[in-house]
Amino acid sequence: MTVRNRILVLLSAVVVLAAVAVASVLRASARAERRDRTQAGGPNVTPGTVTLTQPGRMVFRNMAWGPHRDELVAAPATSPSGPRTASGLKCLRFYAASGTGVCLQAVHGPVSDTYRAALLDASLHVRARYDVPGIPSRARVSPSGRFAAWTAFVGGDSYAGTNFSTRTAIADTRTGALTPSLETYRIVKDGRTYHAADVNFWGVTFASDDRTFYATLATQGTTYLIRGDLRSRTVTTLHTNVECPSLSPDGTRIAFKKRVAGLPKDAPWHLYVLNLRTLRETPLAEPRSVDDQAVWRDDHTLVYALPGDYGADLYELPADGTGKPRRISTAAVSPAYVR
Amino acid sequence: MYVADSRAGSPAPASADGAARPPAGRRRAAVAPTVLALGTVSLVTDVSSEMVTAVLPLYLVAGLGLSPLGFGLLDGIYNGFSALVRLAGGHLADRGGGRHKWVAGLGYGISALCKPLLLLVHSLTPIGLVLAADRTGKGLRTAPRDALISLSSTPESRGRAFGVHRAMDTAGALLGPLVAFLILRATVDGYDAVFTVSFCVAVAGVLILVLFVPGGKRQPAPAEQPERTAHGDRPTLRAAVGLLRRRELRRIAVCALLLGLATVSDSFVYLLLQRRLGVPDRWFALLPLGTAAAFLVLAVPLGRLADRVGRWAVFLAGHVALLLAYALLLTSWHGTALPYAVLLLHGGFYAATDGVLMAAASDGVPEHLRSSGLALVQTGQALARFACSLGFGAAWTVWGDRTALTASTVALAACAAFSLTLRPRDKATA
Repeated sequence: MTVRNRILVLLSAVVVLAAVAVASVLRASARAERRDRTQAGGPNVTPGTVTLTQPGRMVFRNMAWGPHRDELVAAPATSPSGPRTASGLKCLRFYAASGTGVCLQAVHGPVSDTYRAALLDASLHVRARYDVPGIPSRARVSPSGRFAAWTAFVGGDSYAGTNFSTRTAIADTRTGALTPSLETYRIVKDGRTYHAADVNFWGVTFASDDRTFYATLATQGTTYLIRGDLRSRTVTTLHTNVECPSLSPDGTRIAFKKRVAGLPKDAPWHLYVLNLRTLRETPLAEPRSVDDQAVWRDDHTLVYALPGDYGADLYELPADGTGKPRRISTAAVSPAYVR
Repeated sequence: MYVADSRAGSPAPASADGAARPPAGRRRAAVAPTVLALGTVSLVTDVSSEMVTAVLPLYLVAGLGLSPLGFGLLDGIYNGFSALVRLAGGHLADRGGGRHKWVAGLGYGISALCKPLLLLVHSLTPIGLVLAADRTGKGLRTAPRDALISLSSTPESRGRAFGVHRAMDTAGALLGPLVAFLILRATVDGYDAVFTVSFCVAVAGVLILVLFVPGGKRQPAPAEQPERTAHGDRPTLRAAVGLLRRRELRRIAVCALLLGLATVSDSFVYLLLQRRLGVPDRWFALLPLGTAAAFLVLAVPLGRLADRVGRWAVFLAGHVALLLAYALLLTSWHGTALPYAVLLLHGGFYAATDGVLMAAASDGVPEHLRSSGLALVQTGQALARFACSLGFGAAWTVWGDRTALTASTVALAACAAFSLTLRPRDKATA
């Protein structure tokens, strides 16, 4: 083949390939319009005022298609599938307590997306912003509203991108001081100070004393429940195979997801509750794998998200191993109960 | 950049097999068309593969809702397999009198086919398998491609040829993420569009290889003939292993292995940079780009320098740059310029060692075993670096990051000093 013919072959192939490429991009961008239209039979969403101080409300991220997709909305805590009031503020992950909210958002830059954590006051005004180094995963606020914590996935930089790690940060909303990574805390594992390059933390949950917190620490292929101390900047391992802990309002139990042998690699977790005094585990009556940091609705009931038709749905379940899961809301994630 | 270099007179003489063989008496030739074609293939392929790499975390977490932690667990096992694939690719390419183009093409083709597969699989295990197949394609093509580069260029311009290729390759790696994010910006959850575009780009890369990289059976150069008869080594598996009996190649392989044992993996370097120098979180994802940018800018000048002052000298100097980077990470000085200096040295290390090592190794391997020989050196280096990652991680766990880095610095200095004593007697430039 002459050089001219080769160039012709390449050019015609490039034209075909470019057409396929452009078509795929156009098809994907057409989805945007579809998702901005209100879904038939979906929840009723109207714009309005949302605050973090109206008792009896549940505030969460609305995932229903329509103009208010991904916005924080409020619904009655007793009937979360009822009408939603949309705030206009978009969050990927959210949590709130005592009038303080934390909202993990995407910031669309010119060449790539970045993420940030916005600390919100009771009327959802942003009081402080912090950079988040990766894809937001978990968010929590301490019961008093003083501390906020969040976890992000940080993607690997190896060729095939298979190394992932997590970064967990804690902010003091009163002073503005930020601990960008819990990895700077001293780790006490089995009674001794522990160092490792592969340490990852995720899923902080705060106690009501504004000093103690719990979280998951992973190293050498094992996950641990740790108790952390914000003043001495130390974490101590308590128990193994605990992920995404969530402390009950009375401070006596931890709800968590436990990796159970024999389940598929993508969905290996069952919900459990750990009694912190006896360290006894109680399996909960949810047969499906749950990948969420559960929220305690009260001292006896847990709420968590499972994949649904529009991203995620919320379910509730008794915390003592009895009962059956009940779907309380569709197209919803990241709930916080205003008490 | 190569255009400026070809001012030396007549256009590059390209023979039927694509090798630029300069007329007698001419010292410098332009970069051979085959090298430019291979550089373009690598550039286009890297755009394609880095598009996927850049969106993969987001796709797994936000698109599929998977928790990718612990996903890297198979990496260890896979590294061993990948070494075997690389050796096999090198050997297969040499058999039958030079099938480099077709083995490389098979590698590029496998990686291209993996992109549409990503549209079909939605759970961790199959995604892991597709990524493993993608990397198998990469392992298969690397040695034959480098052999083609070395066979297409004259011994005295090989450093520059590899420099040009590596610069083009890195340019693609920098462009890929940009393309991916522009697509994600134009769409909603447009991961399928990213994978489709990545596939189209990869197919274009394979086509450029098929159409513009000369293949077919190579006639051994006249100069090679006597040597071949004397050793009687045809490109068999045994002959490939027998390459290690060659003093010069053995020295290069041993040095690459030893220095690889003290080369801390990139992710540790970035982690240390962040921990020791307090690089803000929002810059963390940009650190690899800093290394790549320095690599891109320095690859050609350092390749040319290697042609002039000797490949071995530049290869060792690259490790001195790495040594300096380690030393900077160990100092207590926390100036704002420090991350830039470390990344510049880190990118300079790659520019002075990656292509230059292949240029140096090419001098020690006869043409008909070129691919096997290069695969041997690459594999030794890759396995040594993997062993170093494991050792470094363990040292970090036991002694902490500072002591682990100090140990690596001492080991690297010792290995570099030892390599200096092993320096090949003949001048590295032919």
